[in-house]
Amino acid sequence: MKEIVVISGKGGTGKTSISSALAYLAKEDAIVADCDVDAANMHLLLDADFDKKEDFYSGETAFIDEDSCVNCGKCKEVCRFDAINVIQNQHRVDALSCEGCWYCSRVCPTGAIEMKEQKAGDLYISHIKTGTKMVHAKLGFGAENSGKLVAKVKTTARELAKKESKKYMLVDGSPGIGCPVISSLSGAHLVVLVTEATVSGLHDLKRVLKLCESFSLKSVCIINKCDLNSQMSKNLENFLKEKNIPIIAKLPYDETFTKALSEAKTIIEYKNHSDISQVLIKSWNEIKNHI
Amino acid sequence: MIDIVIASGKGGTGKTTLSVNLSHYLGENGKKIALGDLDVEEPNSSLFVDLELLEEKISYKMVPRWISENCTLCGECATNCNFNAIVALPSEILVCKELCHSCYACSELCPTDSLPMAEEKIGTIKYYKNSNFDFVEGRLDIGQEMAVPLISQTIGFVKENFKNSIRIYDAPPGTSCPVIEATKESDFVLLVTEPTPFGLNDLILAVETMRVIKKRFAVVINRYGIGDNRVEEYCKNEGIDIAAKFLNDKEVAKLYAKGKLLYKYIDHFKISLSELLKYLRNETGVEL
Amino acid sequence: MRLKITYKFELKGVEMKILFTAKGKSWEDLVDPRFGRAEMFVVYDEDKDELTAISNDEAKQKAHGVGLQSAKKALEAGVDAIITGNGAGEKALEILEKSNIKVYVGAGEVTLENAYKAFKEGRLQLQF
Repeated sequence: MKEIVVISGKGGTGKTSISSALAYLAKEDAIVADCDVDAANMHLLLDADFDKKEDFYSGETAFIDEDSCVNCGKCKEVCRFDAINVIQNQHRVDALSCEGCWYCSRVCPTGAIEMKEQKAGDLYISHIKTGTKMVHAKLGFGAENSGKLVAKVKTTARELAKKESKKYMLVDGSPGIGCPVISSLSGAHLVVLVTEATVSGLHDLKRVLKLCESFSLKSVCIINKCDLNSQMSKNLENFLKEKNIPIIAKLPYDETFTKALSEAKTIIEYKNHSDISQVLIKSWNEIKNHI
Repeated sequence: MIDIVIASGKGGTGKTTLSVNLSHYLGENGKKIALGDLDVEEPNSSLFVDLELLEEKISYKMVPRWISENCTLCGECATNCNFNAIVALPSEILVCKELCHSCYACSELCPTDSLPMAEEKIGTIKYYKNSNFDFVEGRLDIGQEMAVPLISQTIGFVKENFKNSIRIYDAPPGTSCPVIEATKESDFVLLVTEPTPFGLNDLILAVETMRVIKKRFAVVINRYGIGDNRVEEYCKNEGIDIAAKFLNDKEVAKLYAKGKLLYKYIDHFKISLSELLKYLRNETGVEL
Repeated sequence: MRLKITYKFELKGVEMKILFTAKGKSWEDLVDPRFGRAEMFVVYDEDKDELTAISNDEAKQKAHGVGLQSAKKALEAGVDAIITGNGAGEKALEILEKSNIKVYVGAGEVTLENAYKAFKEGRLQLQF
């Protein structure tokens, strides 16, 4: 079973549209994992049914047990997030403001503060339109994506892929270069970098590539919106050549993508014979060859 | 006066276009306007012309700084840190500033006072002026992961310095902590969306968020005409006001890319803008 | 240009302690390609010819910064080298490099036994 991770460094490069197209092409050969939890949209394009649900826990919130509490006020003194207030003569924690730092619980003289695990969101295993399954998540209110959640999505997907003897695990990775991205990349066999021909695109690509190199991960690149700025495109191509990263596709800026998205379709479904679709079909074949 | 925040579930729906055009339009019509760019990870100030920089402030967050002199390397600090930001090595204490949430626990519970809290630069707040309004931009330094403190400080700067202006804020995209920080002290929130499945999906998340923090809000539909009518249906079923509809027009995208003001060149845009202002005037009672 | 660095070991008589990121605690179990969120760690003491398992359950509960705690565990176990799949994140790697612990990558799909063999034969890469 081979893991293919699609990342971009910068958001908005068209990563999800491209990973969805690849997922569509992979059909039943792959289990899909959507780790881009902050802006999860793959479920729309792939028509996920949210079949199985599982609670996801991350972080804690402080709870004051009124029976043990003597209202000494130490907790309120140490809280930097204004999360403890006195309401009707009783110190209470405002769960929304609580950062889960544990400080109050450490200083409470009567041990009246308990740190309770927080449900941060839901993990889903869905059937998708290509006849296979997708693992994805929805974050709860105020929750953030994390290495932990990405790891959970991937581990669940990996187990599924093994159980159902799938050839591939296609991961839509998190944007950025922090913990969620590291978690997205760990265990990958091939990284597909989606970038765009803009200054911030190149800047973020460099940062994320550094991470891939550090992990000794094989990488290939897809340049999106390549005709917006020809000078920038050239810079991008030169940089990639220098780093020995094969460019497996160059996609022009095309309204067709937008139209397909607005109808919740992957571009392949929308216009199978369009130029972009043909390029992506070729790319998928190249990706399979590279592994 | 009033704080109006322009937000959305996801990036790319047209928040900045709206905030910029709204601010210029109102400013030209004699209103005192202050615009705050709270998208601190990726502020779009390059859209403006004729900007004069008047003031620049450094923005800090507090993080512990290790002083070895009296430290016994007991490792209490690492135990007290719930965010893995402190690593107690055999010969030194390492602080990972990016992971620090500034809770002060390690610092205040240290038995030898070896981790005093110190200022760590996280970004800048810049105050610009143009012929129509005052503009304040918060910009997070590259590598800094936490936007919330800077967003809070930027809002504070705007409220403090422009008490008599109509204050408009361009919020960051999404529905998590940065957006909550941007909207929680506002008087009114405009949620900008597009009439597509993505737009609807993210709008629902944004609406949920607004309801939890109990903010007054209305929806603005941008690129009206592409996609379908499910956003409108959703708003109707949920009893949510649609403050204005901006029509889908390729000309708009072209002009935007050139940094031009849309209401100056496109009639239907100007009409939608007036619609929006009329709605806001009725809802807030402020002379917009 | 990415350089592939392979090391041949000529240090005879210097017994090392090696940490594996692992999916199980015996020689037949597989290396876990992940660092921070590895299933568990296994330390091999060449001198005593002993294999010891170390739990990673507690650290994995945190949302961020897990790699740092793994680096710390490696330090506490007094290891000289780490054998893993992809490697450690930037911050964790800094800590390890500071403490002269070398991280060897490329063993992500094999058993601990084969990973060890590959290491001794200089077939693994040093992470940079």
